[in-house]
Amino acid sequence: MKERWLERLFKALTFISTIIGLLVLVILLIDVLKDGLPRLSWKFITSFPSRNPDEAGILPALVGSAMLLILTALFAFPIGVAAGIYLEEYASDNLFTRLIEINIANLAGIPSIIYGLLGLEIFVRALRGITGGRSIFSGALTMSLLVLPIIIVSSREAIRAVPRSIREAGYALGATKWQVVRDQILPVAMPGILTGTILALSRAIGETAPLITIGALAYIAFLPPLSLKALQSPFTVLPIQIFNWVSRPQEAFHANAAAAIIVLLVLLLSMNAAAIYLRNRFQVRFE
Amino acid sequence: MKWREKAIEGIFALCASISIFTTLGVIAILLFESIAFFRKVPIIRFLTETQWTPLFAKKHFGIIVLGSATFLTTVIAMAVALPLGLMAAVYMSEYASERARRILKPCLEILAGIPTVVYGYFALLFVTPLLKKVIPSISGFNALSAGIVMGIMILPTVASLSEDALYAVPRSLREGAYALGASTRQVVTGVVIPAAFSGIMASFILGVSRALGETMIVAIAAGQTPRLTLNPLVPIETMTAYIVQVSLGDVPTGSLEFRTIFAVGLTLFVINMTFNVLSYWLASRQRRFKL
Repeated sequence: MKERWLERLFKALTFISTIIGLLVLVILLIDVLKDGLPRLSWKFITSFPSRNPDEAGILPALVGSAMLLILTALFAFPIGVAAGIYLEEYASDNLFTRLIEINIANLAGIPSIIYGLLGLEIFVRALRGITGGRSIFSGALTMSLLVLPIIIVSSREAIRAVPRSIREAGYALGATKWQVVRDQILPVAMPGILTGTILALSRAIGETAPLITIGALAYIAFLPPLSLKALQSPFTVLPIQIFNWVSRPQEAFHANAAAAIIVLLVLLLSMNAAAIYLRNRFQVRFE
Repeated sequence: MKWREKAIEGIFALCASISIFTTLGVIAILLFESIAFFRKVPIIRFLTETQWTPLFAKKHFGIIVLGSATFLTTVIAMAVALPLGLMAAVYMSEYASERARRILKPCLEILAGIPTVVYGYFALLFVTPLLKKVIPSISGFNALSAGIVMGIMILPTVASLSEDALYAVPRSLREGAYALGASTRQVVTGVVIPAAFSGIMASFILGVSRALGETMIVAIAAGQTPRLTLNPLVPIETMTAYIVQVSLGDVPTGSLEFRTIFAVGLTLFVINMTFNVLSYWLASRQRRFKL
């Protein structure tokens, strides 16, 4: 039976194709751990970058990534949720709404480096007076634009999952639209919204290209001051620091890059775990 | 009370319209800087020259040099992502149990969540040395390694969307073929894949658009040497890698050299959007089939 053999071969091939991706993932992780773990230490995390690879650390990059994360959340979360509420609860099906919907799908397909060019022109150059130019402020605003479509889409999905009956109970008691949104819909939809937001933010702290275009520096030998001035200071983030170390010819710097990658992946992993936990812990099920 | 409701709705509408301003902003800045660029460098030079040397004294602006590099890395990436992604989709949709499918799909999607700079590291410091053992003549920077790793990165996109397309093919079509005594292989290649063809193409084209815009992997592993070639073993420079190179340098803003990155960005944007629209159109054709 020729077909029986072909069938077996075909099934095996499809299985191998599925496994190859996972295999590469495992190899990648082992490779990074092997190169980076020996270099990883408390001193590495709390030191400034240096020309001497053995003394260099990731402190400014880690602080920069944390600040970028917080600022991006501050900008993108309220705007994204508000946009999601508008599209689900307020907008009628007209040309404006459809334009926004097509647009959001479209934005997700624009390469991230193009967002970098946008940030460079608008935030770094045109709004220099407010943002301080090549600053963490400009970086966070650029990242906000980048992740906004993700937050909008996940907010919409979470809001759409709230059953009609909850809305109608609110209206029946004489609540206005805003009161229903604030007191009924948002509390129920919040776990879903937060899950989507965390996933969007984990995209933001992994991004490198747009921050290179707007001019994040790799060598920052100080921490930002503890005041609003910090927003306008030059900055670096983990991916930029990794890129800088990978680009150097010396092998010792490559080990630094691997160690920084481990820190970045641990950060991403814990964010994803938080998202999954939120989803499972607070998900309300309606019959 | 009424005006307050109106004001809130207005604020929400404003937030929603930021997405439109973003798109308009992207188009406006790319056009604005590119027009300033094309005033100095005629568009015909941009399209027909065969050298790319904007940072040298003797300047040439042949976008084809960067375009060919982007084309090359994209083709290599898709040569990896399409067959593997499609076959993985077939396995998950036709062979795997519901439980296995629920485990495999998110696991594959982890690949899509890894930062691209990490893939760049992997391509330059793991895949390239590995390739060197097989092809000793390969350079430290090359399109092959970057393309292969980019293909792995895109694999989950292709697999996930293709799987959706395969899964959407009505059971009755499969059962008709099974009733005639076909094997799963025959059902897949003869019935399911042809029926889901639009959706598979949509996933493929979306993958292409990802590959075109991918930056860090090519900037790290493929090199920063503009070269008009389709040889995958030598250093090249893609459109995105060029933008990175200029951004890292100290080119004064507003200069001609600075404006090149917007002309390159506009080229990338136009090609990328064409593919996105094509993918969207194909995916909507698939949806009509579901009836």
